[in-house]
Amino acid sequence: MFAYIVRRLLWAVLLLIVLSMVTFSIFYLIPRLAGASPETLAARYVGRAATPETVHLTAERLGLLDPVPVQYWNWIKGVFTGAEYDYGAGVETCPAPCFGYSFITRQAVWPELLDRAPVTISLVVGASLIWLIAGVTVGVISALRRGTVFDRGAMGVALAGVSLPIFFTGLVALAFFSYRLGITAPGGQFVPFSENPALWAYSLLLPWITLSFLFAAQYARLTRAGMLETMSEDYIRTARAKGLAERKVILKHALRGALTPVVTIFGLDVGLLLGGAVLTEKTFSLNGLGKYGYDAIVQGDLPKILGVTLVAGFFVIIANLIVDLLYGVIDPRVRLE
Amino acid sequence: MNQSRSWRARGLAAVGISAALLLAACGGGGPGGEQGPTTQAGASGFNAGSTTVVNPSDKKGGTLKFANEGDWDTLDPGETYYAYSWNFSRLYGRSLMMFKSAPGKEGNQLVPDLAEGPGQASSDAKTWTYKLRQGVKFDDGTEVTSADVKYAVLRSTDKQTFPNGPAYWEGQLDLPSGYKGPYKTPNMNTDSAIETPDKYTIVFHTKKPFAAFDYLAQQPNTMPVPQDKDTGAKYRNTIVSTGPYKFENLQPGKSFNLVRNDQWDPATDPNRKALPDRIEVTLNVNPDDIDNRLISGDLDVAVTALGVQPAAQSRVLQDPTLKENADNPLAARNWYTSINPTVAPLNNIECRKAIMYAMDHTGYQTAYGGQFAGGDLATTILPPNIPGHTAFDLYPAGPDNKGDVEAAKKSLEACGQPNGFETNIAYRAERPKEKATAEAFQQALSRVGIKLALKPYPQGDYFSSYAGNPPYVVKNKLGLALNGWAADWPDGFGFLSQIVDSRVIRPAGGSSNTSVRIPEVDQMLDTALTELDTDRRNQMWGEIDKRVMEEAVIYPGVYSKTLLVRSKNATNIFVTDAYGEYDYLGLGAQK
Repeated sequence: MFAYIVRRLLWAVLLLIVLSMVTFSIFYLIPRLAGASPETLAARYVGRAATPETVHLTAERLGLLDPVPVQYWNWIKGVFTGAEYDYGAGVETCPAPCFGYSFITRQAVWPELLDRAPVTISLVVGASLIWLIAGVTVGVISALRRGTVFDRGAMGVALAGVSLPIFFTGLVALAFFSYRLGITAPGGQFVPFSENPALWAYSLLLPWITLSFLFAAQYARLTRAGMLETMSEDYIRTARAKGLAERKVILKHALRGALTPVVTIFGLDVGLLLGGAVLTEKTFSLNGLGKYGYDAIVQGDLPKILGVTLVAGFFVIIANLIVDLLYGVIDPRVRLE
Repeated sequence: MNQSRSWRARGLAAVGISAALLLAACGGGGPGGEQGPTTQAGASGFNAGSTTVVNPSDKKGGTLKFANEGDWDTLDPGETYYAYSWNFSRLYGRSLMMFKSAPGKEGNQLVPDLAEGPGQASSDAKTWTYKLRQGVKFDDGTEVTSADVKYAVLRSTDKQTFPNGPAYWEGQLDLPSGYKGPYKTPNMNTDSAIETPDKYTIVFHTKKPFAAFDYLAQQPNTMPVPQDKDTGAKYRNTIVSTGPYKFENLQPGKSFNLVRNDQWDPATDPNRKALPDRIEVTLNVNPDDIDNRLISGDLDVAVTALGVQPAAQSRVLQDPTLKENADNPLAARNWYTSINPTVAPLNNIECRKAIMYAMDHTGYQTAYGGQFAGGDLATTILPPNIPGHTAFDLYPAGPDNKGDVEAAKKSLEACGQPNGFETNIAYRAERPKEKATAEAFQQALSRVGIKLALKPYPQGDYFSSYAGNPPYVVKNKLGLALNGWAADWPDGFGFLSQIVDSRVIRPAGGSSNTSVRIPEVDQMLDTALTELDTDRRNQMWGEIDKRVMEEAVIYPGVYSKTLLVRSKNATNIFVTDAYGEYDYLGLGAQK
């Protein structure tokens, strides 16, 4: 078990390095191969009236004049040993892990990632709890009452949930609940949990519900399908034949079997969202990792993009690892070696 | 089942999905005044704020809420370069000169701010002297001196530290050779460029005559910066205020507040009412959410003044109550198309004229959102709210403005291409209005046999790598390129210099001027800058405009207009022509 976890973590580090290389290449190697000069790349980060000399100075400041492998090496070196940054009036030291300085805002990336992570974590934790509980409950009831009005109604709503994009449901929800009825917080509100748990929940209630609406639908449908399949398994019949109470048959035997795919997808979803719930954060103007990454991509701010990509990759890999470990707990047939 | 292989595959797939999700999210931002300034106050109704003061009040107190759909370019007065930011910066900083806080055209007037009066010019327009008001203080209580203004201007010329700022100062001032700003070359004598003979006098020396120097002096670059508090590129987060407000709780990329600066003395400042007690600014807010909040009254100002999003546009224009509380000012911006004479057969002026005549002008307007959201049909480069604008139309588009096909065909014959020709049109892929304009060109020009192929390019690299990169333009036959320009300040030089002066074209790409290479125009610009008589100078800007239009290298599309929603809470609401936005200095709050 221990060796397995260590092996997986080593793979994770390798994956993160490959991920950073791919992202770096998309932004720097590919344009260079297509014929762009360092000055052409630097022209994105200067004002509209900049002179060629300013462009050259910027290329120099951003290290774009170095060969691409050297640029990459400098970035990697910064992550492990820290880096120094000339801000004109002095030199600032960025301690490891230094993910570099934003090309645009001139802020160190790592502290900003740490600053924004609580927003994304708060959003994802709340929403995932809602969608897991609501989705699985609706899925189980639908499966048990297959063909009833509840089943058809719930699956209809679920289909709508999967189909409607969050930038639509989010804006409609904000316009109605926040601006017309005034019962939920307006967009862009976030109060840290440590400051005021009640306001924290209030400010995130609408994003939680909107985000979970999207996901709960998938979980309801997945749970329903899984339950229908396991309920027709031989071991369910055996359990009933043994005289077990129906509640025990459903919760302990059928649901457990049906949960494996749900846990798999839950791990992936939570991992992906922790790396940045891009659309939700943008719709609700929440300053989380997703919005940070989105804004960075729009501005071509490479150090930020690299930072968010690696954090997202990290979360996905860790979530996968946890899911794989959980398999062993949920499904007795799986043994990790 | 091979577990480890499955895990590896799943891990890779998961990472791929996360990267794809991030990258898939990629995708995606002007100022606006009507003519005829009036000082009558208290009007209301659609577009009343463009020329008059709506909801006038001198009541002090209350809070105004501003929101920005993106991040502020920078709050550092030495580097900021957006009209909205210059408008806003007057709340926390005092430059030598400033635009008067007044509605409509009156807002275009320059008035002394930190200076006692306008600059005194030498006869050759190369030396400019300003006397500073006495008793102006930084928010820490220190008195502002001419040395602080000199330091502020000099630091802003360090383009390694401040690459995004305007490039006028280092271009115009007679700085010593090798000067790289006060950080890198602190001991270099800069008296050849700026002298401070005493605490309250500052003298600027330019390399060439610069008759419009007061316009430079109104830039935030002249807002004083105390050297001992300057932190270079990081000063944007620790600005020392000289205006009626100072910063509180500045969180980069998220929000900041302005609160009253108790060191600001109204006796030294005839220009500012400073009505609200507090201004709260939120950054990176979803633009559709901004519109909803403006309409519901939860927000007062969309600070970038780009106008409401399409979703809210139809809502505002169709609902009489909402429309009554909206303004539709003219921006100091022209959405135009460059016609590149470096791409054959457009090296022949007659072929360029054929395009000028053949284009359906109303198609351009429709593509930009029509009369309200798009703007008025443009026939000149200078918009009507820029002093110097002269109305003329060298290429009439027929009685219905849908193009003069016969005149276009004659031009094609004169060009030796009677059946038309093929060329390409470049536009920014992320901008649906530009795509619609390119399609309108394609459709209109096909009537005379000119075949256009659409070439979308990413906006981040549009000028640096594609449409503004001269070798790329030639190699890829980009005959036409969609373009747009807003004035750096409301004056012919502020509007024209970056788009019609051939000397700003960079061989490596990055300039907005892609098509105007007329040595005579370069000369005319230089001559205008020696003219100290403002009226005569303004007339010269109009002449330059006409000379460029004669060469048919720019197709003017629309004089941009924006649809702005007035705050329910704010008082003293009016649009200033200086920025084509609500005057942020004049606004007050009811609560």
